Order: sequence, then structure tokens, then C-alpha cells
Amino acid sequence: MANVLVFTELHDGHVKPVTLEILGKLSGQNADVAVIGDIDASQVAELAKYGAQSVHKLKGANLEKYSPEGYSNSLAEFIKSKSYDYVFAGATSMGKDLLPRLATKFDAGLASDVVNFIFEGGSFAGTRPLFAGKCLAKVELAGPKPHFISIRPNALGMTANPTAGAGACADTNVNAGNIRATIKEIVKAASTKVDLTEANIIVTGGRAMKGAENFKILEQMADVIGATVGASRAAVDSGFAPHAMQVGQTGKTVAPSLYIACGVSGAIQHLAGMRTSKVIVAINSDPDAPIFTKADYGIVGDLFQIVPIMTEELKKLLGK
Amino acid sequence: MDFALTTEQREIRELAMKFARNEMIPLSQSYDEAGKFPIDVFKKAWELGLVNTCIPLEFGGSGFKAVDGVIISEALAYGCMGMNTSFMANDLALLPIVLGGSNEQKKKFLTPFTQEFKIASFCLTEPSNGSDAGGIRTQIKDGGDHWVLNGEKMWITNAGYADLFVVYGTINPDLKHKGISAIVVDPKSPGIEVGKKEDKMGHRSSDTRGVRFNNVKVPKENMLGNPGEGWAIAMSTLDHSRPLVASSALGGAQRALDLSIQYAKERVQFGVPIAKHEAIQFMIAEMGMKVEAARLLTYKAAWLCDQGVRNTEVASYAKAFASDSCMQITTDAVQIYGGYGYSKEYPVEKLMRDAKLIQIYEGTSQIQRLVMARELLK
Amino acid sequence: MNIFVCVKQVPDTETKVTPTSDGSFIETSSIKWIMNPYDEFAVEQALLIKQSNSAANVTVLRVGSVKDTEALRTAMAMGADDAALVEAADNLDSYSIAKALKGAIEKTGKKPDLILAGKQAIDDDALQVPQVLAEMLGLPSVSVIVGFELAGNNVKVKREVEGGALEVYELSTPCVLACNKGLNTPRYASLPGIMKAKKKPMAQYSLGDVGVSEADRRVKYSQFRLPPEKPPGKKFDASDAAKQKEVVNQVVGLLRTEAKVI
Repeated sequence: MANVLVFTELHDGHVKPVTLEILGKLSGQNADVAVIGDIDASQVAELAKYGAQSVHKLKGANLEKYSPEGYSNSLAEFIKSKSYDYVFAGATSMGKDLLPRLATKFDAGLASDVVNFIFEGGSFAGTRPLFAGKCLAKVELAGPKPHFISIRPNALGMTANPTAGAGACADTNVNAGNIRATIKEIVKAASTKVDLTEANIIVTGGRAMKGAENFKILEQMADVIGATVGASRAAVDSGFAPHAMQVGQTGKTVAPSLYIACGVSGAIQHLAGMRTSKVIVAINSDPDAPIFTKADYGIVGDLFQIVPIMTEELKKLLGK
Repeated sequence: MDFALTTEQREIRELAMKFARNEMIPLSQSYDEAGKFPIDVFKKAWELGLVNTCIPLEFGGSGFKAVDGVIISEALAYGCMGMNTSFMANDLALLPIVLGGSNEQKKKFLTPFTQEFKIASFCLTEPSNGSDAGGIRTQIKDGGDHWVLNGEKMWITNAGYADLFVVYGTINPDLKHKGISAIVVDPKSPGIEVGKKEDKMGHRSSDTRGVRFNNVKVPKENMLGNPGEGWAIAMSTLDHSRPLVASSALGGAQRALDLSIQYAKERVQFGVPIAKHEAIQFMIAEMGMKVEAARLLTYKAAWLCDQGVRNTEVASYAKAFASDSCMQITTDAVQIYGGYGYSKEYPVEKLMRDAKLIQIYEGTSQIQRLVMARELLK
Repeated sequence: MNIFVCVKQVPDTETKVTPTSDGSFIETSSIKWIMNPYDEFAVEQALLIKQSNSAANVTVLRVGSVKDTEALRTAMAMGADDAALVEAADNLDSYSIAKALKGAIEKTGKKPDLILAGKQAIDDDALQVPQVLAEMLGLPSVSVIVGFELAGNNVKVKREVEGGALEVYELSTPCVLACNKGLNTPRYASLPGIMKAKKKPMAQYSLGDVGVSEADRRVKYSQFRLPPEKPPGKKFDASDAAKQKEVVNQVVGLLRTEAKVI
């Protein structure tokens, strides 16, 4: 049984779901959790439910805000006082920035962006995508311990019936040390929509939208999931949307991670502009529409009914 | 024998292809449709040193060889044959100065093109003289301390934007070839009338016009070589320019091939991508074979230039074969695309329209065959 | 001012990746190599600084195979002054690469004022080297930067985090910055630049020269394989109004649990 520490970030006082994914997967190991700052009892209980034995709250000056140096110094001090074999964290913005520095303080290795793992004879063996997901490889660690691992969020999934841990809680004082790079200010994301070519999610309307005014149902869904709205050539030619919104051969070529085509038949010129999207959802009342041949998830039905329902479902899912 | 490009040549090609993909292809269809002169793209290409590649190092050029020039022109034509015609026209106009000018003339006329963005036109063809270039009627008369130019030129590329003309005329039409002379003319000189832009089938973004010279005074020192040496300059220019024009056809043909392969893998008929059908496979194979053969001829014609070996015969092989192949390949690309290919929504019909001109300008495919036969039978 | 830019050579994004038959790595023989796209932003930032500070010297560093030196030559053609290559296998891990870069910087004898790199290399996507290098050199670092201002020794950078929010950091040189798309628009290498690059100095070292050995390998990859084929799409019939809610609920659920895009 390996001694493992999971570092968790807090988001509005809640532990990030990836922490629970990691804990669930670590079932059978001796897993502690470290958090910088305070965490309330309900969150400790949540961590315990997924297997946390002890939750260590690291406290000290200059740790109110994240800083690569302050966080890595504090965690290193704590980890050195214990004897962990492995340290896990989510491959989040913070995790990706923090873990390489932290691991190097131990001259240790870091396996980044791991999507699955097991312990083979007590040793970590992970799987991770390389070359932008074009291939997978087994990843193992060597050299001084502890070994560090960052886990891609949403990759492991939540364990259905986790084994609970003791969930003991302890405060530890740490020293953030000399912090040279500090956050002076946080600028919230601008509300303006990202350009189609850079959008991570795109909702597109086709000729079946019937009119420009109907695009507002797409806008509503887009607002919920942070998407940018596009249009097919047929919709643009019919005057429902400006050319700047056109996806396809003579419009913009896009490759979002999610593409939702509403009332788009799927002319070859449209497919040419969006075929590299990671996941494609098509909503169309014609079951033989060519768009269904490219869709990962196809819904045969009236978009004017389906889209509003989907918007509501997405709202619920995202807790909005 | 070595068919490999040098490291620099590979880098040059990478850069030119990156430029073609990022700066030219996205604009080529709309500029074609509007007949818009690509002055913005031209200027960007100049800033990167992709145009005027014929200017020698000692006059401020990059010191490229003919092979480097065709590598660049092939890539730019891959981006757009029409735009490349405008870019290449600079080289076609400057080559007579490179090949026939004195050091003073080279310094005076070539160096400014390396210091700021300028456009040049080459004025050879006349309303009644195309293939029969020897029958030029534009007159260059001795006006004492200057030359006096009179006549009319047709199909002059870049004419509406040019900062410099190289004009072929004759000091005496009765002398035929022996009367032909080349002079450098400032397009702002009094007495020059530039006609309206031609509405063409293809290469629609390049600017093509007629130019009329009415008693235009040209300084004496602007004549390249001596009076009557123009024909020799024109002939050696063609040896250099034909590989360049061949490379333009090659770039267009390569684009048609790439687009055909991509489409054939995507388009499904009878339940399989059409690339699985032998009829399409044979067309693609034919295209690939011709592109490669055209490339070998083109590079060889340019390489001979660089070796200082007379390349008239191979240059004609290259120009005729590359342009004829480009026509065939682009026509087949439209065929592979089927109905979509005939639509302006897709890029291949433009390639077919553009290909046609390359069989015509800088010596028609028929003239090239005359040159080949003359060389072979002499 | 001594600016170092770390670049990596990676397979072109269009490359078809094929694992070797023994699964030890990928087939590299027919790969077209390019400069890692994120590194272009780092090179450009260095050149922008050089434009306003003629005393700045830009050195590009790369650890990788010697068979092709495209990335270093491109950086020098864009305007970098000189380069150093540490010859190594293409599948070296981040720790070894960072250690080799540190060694290469020390070999130049120049004290770094600013070290720039791309935020990640698109081959192993590890996102480690800049931070590891910073820690090894005892320097502060900021990763994923999309904004940069320099005034004397003071650096103000914007770091992009989840959801597009920006953290504004202030720090002093020397420091290590990992650059993201959006920071600037990388220039093309000009043709005269390509010709000039031929004459620019490129130092070459072995891993041993910069103090790196096989014992420094921390991460080991094996069993390279293609991901499982994408299954054919799922089609749901919601033409019956009564079923709509159930179908949509199911699809939205799959988008989270199966496709993992929401």
C-alpha cells in the first residue's frame, strides 16, 4: 500500500471534482489530502467519503493568493515532513503550473496529464495521450521519491461506490518563503464571445432556423455553455445570419471540442469546414440528413422543441 | 547526380509555402471574383524577399539562383496563380536589365526595387504581334539627346501600378530582329496612356492593360545595350523566364492534385470514398505523374541556367509541358469534384481558368514546340 | 540584456502519428519537423524586446536530435543572434531537457536576464520544462502568458487561466516565462533572414557536455499505441414529442460522461 498525498484546489470553497476522481481511483492506497488555507467540514466530509484518511490544512502568511513559489515552497515543506510515495493533483491551470516546480524541489519526476492509472506491484503505471491525442502511451516514473502525477480532469470519472477514509483534520503551519512572482490583479474573462475559429464550443444554425430572429434560441444555449454561434451557408444566403458567422468551405474552418449543428443538413461544403471538430451533435428533423453521418450524437426531431429543452438540461447539469 | 534541395532551399520553400497558405489561399477566391489587384499581398511578399529574386547580390538582391527563384514561384503559384502572375511580372521586367544592362543601369534601376516596394511591367506584345515578336512596330527614334517612343502595347501585366516599364521597340521595322531594342521607361513620362483593366477569364487579380506611347521622351542612357541588341536580350531573358513561368504552372498543378486527393478521400459515392474507385485512382495517378515530370523539367531548366549552360530547348520543354499538364490536371480536378467542381464555391474551377493562360503567355505551347523542333533539328 | 529562448522541434501538426512496431516510440523517419508553434511566440517576444533594446542578445536553445536543425535555423532566420543545440534523442523527458537547457545556458557563459519558452510542446504536451528550468536555476516563473510588458527590470505579465480569466503578475528579471498563443503575432523568417542565418553561430553539445546522463531520466514512456477507433455515432429518435425530454437528457449526459466535453 502506497502513501499518497492528493493536493486539492478550492473553487469558491469547494474541492474541485478532479480531487474526488483521484481519491476514488486511489482506493486501496493510503491517501491524504492537502489544501492550502481553510476548508469547511462539509468539504472534509466529501473528501473522506471518497477515501481521504487525513486532510491537512496548510496555513501561513502570503498564501491567500496562488503563487508558484509560495505554493510550491509550502507544499514542499509539508511533504518533506511526511513520507509520501506519490503526490497527485489535477492537471488544472494551477496544477500544471505548480507541480513541475514542486517536483523539481525533490529532483523528482512528474507524469503530466495522466488519464488513467493503476499500481503495478506497488508502483505507479499510468496512461496518457501524446501528440495531441494521436496516440497513447504507458507512463512510469523513476528517480527520487515522492513521484508526482497530474491527472486530467473528467478523465477518470467518479467512483460509484467509494470506500470512505477516516477524514481526520489537521492544521500545519508552513512558510511560503520568498515570493518573487505575485498576482497583482485578476481580470475576469471578457464577456465578448470568442471568434468562431478559436471557440471551444460552437452552436450552428442552418436553413431550418427559418429566420434571423430564431437564432436567439441558439444564443440562449450558447450563453449557458460558453459557446459561439455560427451559421451554415444556407442560413447566411437566406439572410438569417451575416457572412462572418458562416462555417464551411467559403466561411470559417473550425475545430472546436464540441460542435452542435441545429437544422443543418450537412452539405459537403459545410462538413469540410467543421469535420475536425472533436465531438459533433446534430439536431435535424430529417433522419436522412447527411449531417448524421458525421455526428457522434444525432437527435432526430424538431429543433424548435429540442434546443430549448437542451438549454434547460445543460443549465441543470452546469448548475446555472 | 543529386535531386535533393539544400537546407536553405528547403527553408525557402517552407517560408514561401507558409506564405502561400496563410496569406494567399484565404484571399485568392475573393480577389479573383472581384478582380482585385493584390497590392497588399504583393507588398507583404516583397517585405519577406519573396519577389524580385532575380536581382543580383551586388545590387541589393538576395543573391538567389534560378533554381531558388522557381522554388519560390512554384510555392506562390500554389497560393494563387493569378497573384503570382503579378509578382512574377516584376522578375520578367527586371530580367532584361539584369541580363542586358550596364552596371550603372543595374544600380540605377534594380537597387531601388530592393529598397522600397515597387512594381514593374514588361512591354513586349502588341495588338498585332504576339507570337511573332520579331514583327514589333513600336518605334524608338533618335531625338538627339533622347529617344522618342511611339506605339501601342497589349496585355501588359501590372501596367496600372507600374513604377518602371521595360519596353521593346524597333529603331527600324525593316531591320526585323536586328532593329529591336529594349529601353527602360518611366511610366509617369508625358505621352503615356494606360488603358482600362482587361476583364479576363482567369488570373483576374492580376492587372492587365494596354499601354500607348505618344512621342514619349526617354533618356538616352535608358537603352539596354546598344540599339538593335534588344532581340538578343529578349532571347536570353526567355531562357530565364520560361522556367519561372513553368514553375507557376507547376504550383497550380500541385494545388489541383492536393485538392483532388483530399476530396477523393472525403467524397462518398456507392458507399465508399471515391478514392476507392479505380476510375478516380487512375486520374489521380496521372496527375501525380505529370506534376513530378513537370517539376523535374522545370528544375532542370533552371539548374542549367545556374550552370551557365544554354537551356533554350529544356526551358521550352518545361514551359510547354508544365503548362499543358497544369491545364489537364486542373481540368481533371474539376472532373473529380463533379458538380461541386463546376461551382465557384470550390477552389478548382478557378485553377482551371487560371491554368489556361499559362499555356498562352510567355510563348504559347505551340511556339514552344517550334523552339524545340528548331533546337532538335538544327 | 541576455535573452534565452528555448525551442523544441516537433512533428508538424498535420503529421500522421504511427507507433513503432515494438511500441517504444513513434515512427520518425517520414516526419516533417517544425518549430513547436508555442515556441514561435517566445521567439517573437524576444525579438520584439530586441527591437526596442539594441543591446539585447537573443540566443535560441534546443535539446533534440541533430538530424534536422530546422527550429534553430528558423529562429535565427527570424532574427535571433545565435543558437546552441544539445544533441539528444527525441523522446527525452522534461527533467532531462530542463537540466540540459540549464547546462547549455551555463556553457554560454552569459548570465540570463530573461528565459522564454512556449507554454508546452505539442509532442509530449507535458507543460513542464519552463517551470522545471526556473526551479533548477532558482528563478521565478510565470506560465501561459498572453501579455508582456517590460520596464527596466520590471516585468508585468498576464497569465491565462481556466475560463479565460487573466492573472496579472509583477516580477523582476531574471525570470522564466512560458508563452501562449495571443501574446503576439510571430513574424515570418524573411528570405534575407534565411541567408543571414547561415552565418550565425550555432554551438553544439552532447548531453554529457552539459552534465546530463541516463540517470536523469525521470519519466519513462512505453507501449505507444493508437487510441481506440472512434465508434460510429449514436442516433436518437425524438420525433415523438413525448420522448424529447428523455432523449435530450440522455445526450446531454453522454456529452459529460462519455464525450467529456461539457
